[in-house]
Amino acid sequence: MKLAAPRVRVARAGAIPRSWIVAYSLLFPALLLLVVFTFYPVIYGSYLGFTHYTAIDFAHGRSPRWNDLHNFSRVFSDSLFQTGLINSLKYLAVVPALQVASLAVAVLVNRKLPGMTFFRASFYVPVITSISLAAVMWSWIYQRSGSLNWALRLLHLLAGGQGFNWLTNTGTALWAIMLVTFWRGFGYYMVLYLAGLQSIPKEIDEAAQLDGASSWQIFWRVTVPLMKPTTLLCTLLSTLAAIRVLEEILVLTGGGPLHSTYTALMYVYHKAFQGFSFNFGEASAAGLIVAVVGVILSVLNFRLMRESSGVKG
Amino acid sequence: MSARRRFRPRRALSSLLSYLVLLLILLFAVFPFLWTLAISLTNKAAPGVSIYDFPASLFPRSLTLYNFFNVFRTFHLARYFLNSVVITGLTIAGTLLVSALAAYPLARMRFPLKNFLFAAIISTLVLPSEINFIVNTLTLKRVHLLGTYWGVVLPLISTAFGIFLMRQAYLGVPAALTEAAIIDGATDWQILWRIMVPLSSPSLTALGIFTLVNTWNSYFWPMVALLPAPRLAPLAVGMLKLKGQFVYDPFNIAAGAVIMMVPVLIVFVAAQRLFMRGLEGAVK
Repeated sequence: MKLAAPRVRVARAGAIPRSWIVAYSLLFPALLLLVVFTFYPVIYGSYLGFTHYTAIDFAHGRSPRWNDLHNFSRVFSDSLFQTGLINSLKYLAVVPALQVASLAVAVLVNRKLPGMTFFRASFYVPVITSISLAAVMWSWIYQRSGSLNWALRLLHLLAGGQGFNWLTNTGTALWAIMLVTFWRGFGYYMVLYLAGLQSIPKEIDEAAQLDGASSWQIFWRVTVPLMKPTTLLCTLLSTLAAIRVLEEILVLTGGGPLHSTYTALMYVYHKAFQGFSFNFGEASAAGLIVAVVGVILSVLNFRLMRESSGVKG
Repeated sequence: MSARRRFRPRRALSSLLSYLVLLLILLFAVFPFLWTLAISLTNKAAPGVSIYDFPASLFPRSLTLYNFFNVFRTFHLARYFLNSVVITGLTIAGTLLVSALAAYPLARMRFPLKNFLFAAIISTLVLPSEINFIVNTLTLKRVHLLGTYWGVVLPLISTAFGIFLMRQAYLGVPAALTEAAIIDGATDWQILWRIMVPLSSPSLTALGIFTLVNTWNSYFWPMVALLPAPRLAPLAVGMLKLKGQFVYDPFNIAAGAVIMMVPVLIVFVAAQRLFMRGLEGAVK
């Protein structure tokens, strides 16, 4: 074996080693696509945010014209964007609900009881459901004569004969969409938490049990602290998904009624592809603002997590 | 022994409670599907049938498969279905090929900037992607691919997830095997196709399945990239067109929804364990 080592492609001095060429040609398709469709959009899109650029400019082959922070001040003073940003921030309410529920469900299906494989798989089915199918199904549930109103009447939370469409009511539409996000998300995070739970050594639980800890105490004093890395990952993922919410809105309400479900990325989409303007510059500026909010939220997330573990440790 | 016996009733009670809660969650998770299935099987010609009549529409009195045929006839479902198949197929083939190639040098070769390139690929997981769809649309329009299958597919096939997954698989191939092949005079190309790819088939399958489910279900990007060519829209986009149609027929829509869900469900049932490992989230 050792003897063969010198045979491995000794480069002639000065020439580019053949293996480098091979390596780069194998990487080429992946890198080319990433550069064109992932890196370039981030860089060029950020640049567009500082320029005046519309579909008309694009059609006429004109290049973007620099206009400093003009787009940002336009976007910030647009009440529609403000509404959108506020709604996107409201949407963050789904994060704690989703994380607490997913962790609780994960603990539940992690018990050694018969049938758990079935429950885990069933809870994951909404995750593999397309948002457009979810929209079809949930708009039936939410309609005036839908199953949600029926269930609420059954529980006497709504008087007989009463009811309303949850998606066309300004007070409920955003929350109704959040429930769809919750429905499609809890199985996903459950699986991530399950992976975390199963990586906790059994000895730790057993040791705590021997010391007389109740299962409630074990959960709070052992499981939760040891799950911190998973919790961080999950809250990070769902926070970013929440601030970037767009698909759910597009398919369920289109931003209505009366902009009560209009989100920040909805504004980006509209600016870029709808109306008379097709204003790529302002759309990119709005997108950049959302991206920055996302970064800030991520940093806050890390901070909060570190602080809370500092207290416990 | 006696200690154990003392705990039994409590244990039974807690198990019972667990099952009760689990059943409630199960209802929440699968109820939308059950209702949709019921609607799709409802004979709408029967008197007094309406989905606006809740508990009754969950238990249709007269069943039929008519809606499943009708949705093909009236909504061109076959075309949307075919579009979904083509887009998903191209995306899977492209993802597998590009990832299998790119992962090899990252796992097994030495070349300049290797660590930098790997870090750059992984960094795409955290890059803000809010405005990518705008610039990608412009790029595709420039090269005349906007409104084509390839326009939808190309931005999707090179992913950090795919490359990372394949790199991990290659790293797991015993070094002795490739060393032996090198002694026998095999080239890198031969090692890749004769040893690495065959031995990594579980990872390739996993990547293929994740790509299938994601692409089949994806809505926003195909919708944007196919705005100029609605004829090429996949099912996920077509479904909502059905929903927004002038002649709103919930029974047909329910049948369409079932047709769209079935392939994904089959794949999921067959490859359940893969999804339950949390593999996707760990890298996503």
